[in-house]
Amino acid sequence: MKDNFYENIKVSVILTSLYLVLLSGCKNKESDTIELNKVNTENEVSIGTAQTNDYAVEAPPFSDGIFPCTDCHKNLIPNPVRRVLVDWHDDISAMFNHDSENRWCLDCHDLKNRDSLRLASGKLLDFKESYKLCGQCHGEKYRDWKVGVHGQRTGEWNGKKEYLLCVNCHNPHSPKFRELTPEAPPIMQEDIK
Amino acid sequence: MKNENSRRSFIKNISLATFSALALSGCNTKAFDDFLQQNFKTLSKKEKDIIIKNLGIKYKEKYGKEFHISDKPAIDGTLFGYALDLSRCVGCRRCVYACVKENNQSREPQIHWIEVLQMEKERGIDFAHSTAQYNPEKVPEKGYFYVPVQCQQCKNPPCVKVCPVKATWQEPDGITVIDYNWCIGCRYCMAACPYGARHFNWGEPDVPVEELNTEVHYLGNRPRMKGVVEKCTFCIQRTREGKYPACVEICPVGARKFGNLLDPDSEIRYILENKRVLILKQELNTQPKFYYFFGI
Ligand code: SF4
Ligand code: SF4
Repeated sequence: MKDNFYENIKVSVILTSLYLVLLSGCKNKESDTIELNKVNTENEVSIGTAQTNDYAVEAPPFSDGIFPCTDCHKNLIPNPVRRVLVDWHDDISAMFNHDSENRWCLDCHDLKNRDSLRLASGKLLDFKESYKLCGQCHGEKYRDWKVGVHGQRTGEWNGKKEYLLCVNCHNPHSPKFRELTPEAPPIMQEDIK
Repeated sequence: MKNENSRRSFIKNISLATFSALALSGCNTKAFDDFLQQNFKTLSKKEKDIIIKNLGIKYKEKYGKEFHISDKPAIDGTLFGYALDLSRCVGCRRCVYACVKENNQSREPQIHWIEVLQMEKERGIDFAHSTAQYNPEKVPEKGYFYVPVQCQQCKNPPCVKVCPVKATWQEPDGITVIDYNWCIGCRYCMAACPYGARHFNWGEPDVPVEELNTEVHYLGNRPRMKGVVEKCTFCIQRTREGKYPACVEICPVGARKFGNLLDPDSEIRYILENKRVLILKQELNTQPKFYYFFGI
């Protein structure tokens, strides 16, 4: 009788632990898939809007070999003093024209986490979400962009729309649109043979 | 109905006579089939399928390329609208040439469905003082703005009213199309269109074979022939498949917007509800579905 009782307990303990293992196994699997999804969408970020649509966004247009920033910055002592950069990133200093009187690098880039952007609130932001950073000041444009009215539109008019980041068209350090060379004018009527 | 019948029998009689003439002259039957083909709008599904199949064979012979010819009808519940942001357009003409390519427009003699007009800021919208010939090093030029003009897809299209053979009509999704096989080339529609949106093939259209777009719609960008009128169809071959028109996708400043006017969540409806919008030559009551707006 007693033996039987212990036997029963043993069985239930084994069963319970099996169940637990199974559960945790499932959980592991779940997080695996999440991880996978993350990898898959590395070049595409999904954002939710008021209409809860998911939009694909192009990857940020980094210059070759510039990212991750920590590759170089991990060996440098951070200097929070506002200055004009001369030894490195001098090209950016030269072109910088984005309320340059009042702003400099660390208004958008984070001092400690070089691979992140930084909102005015101090919140860190992935480069793939840079539109939120731009939206801090350009709220009206941000609103139009989200509904698909500001910016170049590709994809489907009744389905999935493809979005570009602000920085795919505007250089963040000098956002004004550059002039373009026009295509050839049409042939004059009198020149048609 | 009776009219139609007498017209039919008239055509039959004539065709019999012509057939004997053709037979005598030794002309092939394909030309004869073409000659007998009815207005596309009046054809049954079966007749359309045969015509499209034969057209495919003809294109293959002529261009040595396999064409995919669609005759997809309008999608239920759609009325297409277009909006162009005048505050953004820089007059670069990328749209003009994307359109030429997408829609197989003749390179020589040159046909452009889109014409970008340069206007003086001081005068505002003033066609009399505009030019399409501007050609500076860089655009935009100081003191000027740009108004691209193409078919305005009027809700009340004068071009349709004047066509003596009903070769051009407005489809349920609001696109005015042309049956090139039914067009007699009288050019009444060109005279009636207040926007200069229609163009005539004065010569045999010439498109380099390697640049031909083989994804075509019967009522849109399929290769045309000498002696017929053509114009913008909102890229019917793309938009009825859910895609944006080619000019929307190419515009480097994102000035061009497109969507379904019947869908309250569409971009086009957002623009109509939230932006300052204008239409060209409003006083003519053509009621364009092509809107110009100020996005800034
Ligand atoms: S491509 Fe865009 S910016 Fe360039 S002329 Fe056309 S509408 Fe204007
Ligand atoms: S713009 Fe001209 S061609 Fe287009 S629908 Fe209006 S009248 Fe017809």
